[in-house]
Amino acid sequence: MLDSAEPYTTEDGRTIGPVVMEMKNITLRFGGVVAIQDISFDIREGEIRAIIGPNGAGKSSMLNVISGFYNPQDGEVWYKGEKRPSLKPYQVAQQGIARTFQNIALFEGMSVLDNVMTGRIRQMSAGLVAQAIWKGKAEREETENREAVERVIDFLEIQHIRKTPVSRLPYGLKKRVELARALAAEPSILLLDEPMAGMNVEEKEDMSRFILDVNDEFGTTIALIEHDMGVVMDLSDRVVVMDYGKKIGDGTPDEVRRNQDVIDAYLGVAHD
Amino acid sequence: MPEQLVYAMEVFLNGLMAGVLYALVALGFVLIYKASGIFNYAQGVMALFAALTLVGIMEGQVPFAHLINAAFGTDIHHFGWHVPALLAILLTMVVMIGLAWLVNYFVFRHLVSQEPIILFMATIGLAYFLEGVGDIMWGADIKKLDVGLPQGINEAIDEFTFGVFDYGFFIDNLDIVATVIAALLVASLIIFAQYTKQGRAMRAVADDHQAALSVGISLNYIWVMVWSLAGFVALVAGIVWGTKSGVQFSLSLIALKALPVLMLGGFTSIPGAIVGGLIIGVGEKLFEFSIGPLIGGATENWFAYVLALLFLVFRPQGLFGEKIIERV
Repeated sequence: MLDSAEPYTTEDGRTIGPVVMEMKNITLRFGGVVAIQDISFDIREGEIRAIIGPNGAGKSSMLNVISGFYNPQDGEVWYKGEKRPSLKPYQVAQQGIARTFQNIALFEGMSVLDNVMTGRIRQMSAGLVAQAIWKGKAEREETENREAVERVIDFLEIQHIRKTPVSRLPYGLKKRVELARALAAEPSILLLDEPMAGMNVEEKEDMSRFILDVNDEFGTTIALIEHDMGVVMDLSDRVVVMDYGKKIGDGTPDEVRRNQDVIDAYLGVAHD
Repeated sequence: MPEQLVYAMEVFLNGLMAGVLYALVALGFVLIYKASGIFNYAQGVMALFAALTLVGIMEGQVPFAHLINAAFGTDIHHFGWHVPALLAILLTMVVMIGLAWLVNYFVFRHLVSQEPIILFMATIGLAYFLEGVGDIMWGADIKKLDVGLPQGINEAIDEFTFGVFDYGFFIDNLDIVATVIAALLVASLIIFAQYTKQGRAMRAVADDHQAALSVGISLNYIWVMVWSLAGFVALVAGIVWGTKSGVQFSLSLIALKALPVLMLGGFTSIPGAIVGGLIIGVGEKLFEFSIGPLIGGATENWFAYVLALLFLVFRPQGLFGEKIIERV
């Protein structure tokens, strides 16, 4: 068993940091329906952590617990060594946890650039008047924020659409803009809710490459949900497998692949 | 120059000035609508309430005096002091911010992700509630409001036009001041919305609640801010209208004139509210001047609504509104 406070080195030579977030015995119910039942796992700094499982397994619920959209009835969330009280989603975001949505939540009325810029709203702190007259701290901040935003835009190769209103973009690019907005926040943990959902093979490959590059280049900790097993196994360092609200497996992709419960869950049910 | 044309020019100018006043009220609607998707029927009543509160504070009136007197058998009406206009305006703004907080806390916080029509109904309720509170708090009599805005005929324009056309135009100083105030208000609102963090957050919330939450924006904070801004615009409109025609309960009816303005300009556009207001102001004055005498006058009562009706038929999103695209 690995020490949760110590970094370790993976087989392919990457260094994974200590635990940054820990879910302890999380239970989430909607009325009589148990969406998540007594699940514990942790997320380490700098790793790509996947949560997989068949449809209806409770993956999205879990992501919503992490991002504060749902508050669990039982269990604790530990973040950066402290127990997190029950927070609103915007407070969780302010703590440095950024996310994307399965069904894409962008500011449709804004341009790509404005969307990504809004991702940095947490980094804007100059006074109202200073911002309005564009002086002093506001000016410095604006320059910094613009540079950071341009870096992200360059990195995700969306320079050519920076001035385009997002409502005009195709689905695959919208997903990328959403990733850019989350990334612009310079999050401690980046949560991706089915980043590959509804994409064709080529778009999936692009997205996989971006996720790996983001993790590599910025050292961003990434937790993602996906039900496409193949994609996840290639991407992630460690995988949590859920089925019917329960955790049935947790470990490296290879360990999970050999886990009999996981094989049953995936082969025992009809699944695309 | 023919006499008729000179008169028409004066009417045109007066129409522009009236239009500015319509635009002031319409602005409050657009602001709330853009930021929260709520069509705030209570905007006119808020202007009335702001004006009532302002007069009440300036005159040192005891709020709820009738209620207190009836309950305790006392006979108090005034504190016996007078508050300077500027301080009273500041205090009124504090009251309007408090009102914004209360409105969000007791009403709209509980109506998140409800249908727009539900929210609209809530604002109708709010309008009647606020009108009642205004009445109980400050009394129903017509009050004079004087915060020191200049009033009366503008001598310079009168003399200048007399020199040019041999006929002096009657332009009220108050209308000129109102125009300047409206221009400043619009400029600062646009700067606020486009260039500040809070303005960006406001636009973000209007666009998508989930996305706004995910970048760390508190919806409640933004809503209170938006209602406070609407309260501020209402206060400005209340001051100008109140100075012009006295603070009376029919003031809340000017909100109805803002409806056609919004249909013309589009519910989502700040410049639209201005242009819409000007078109209605000029349109109804010129129409009354040219066609009015032929059909028995009083066209100002209905002209704006008919114009709005035509717009609804041919351009439902208004002049500047976002294009309505139905995807099938």
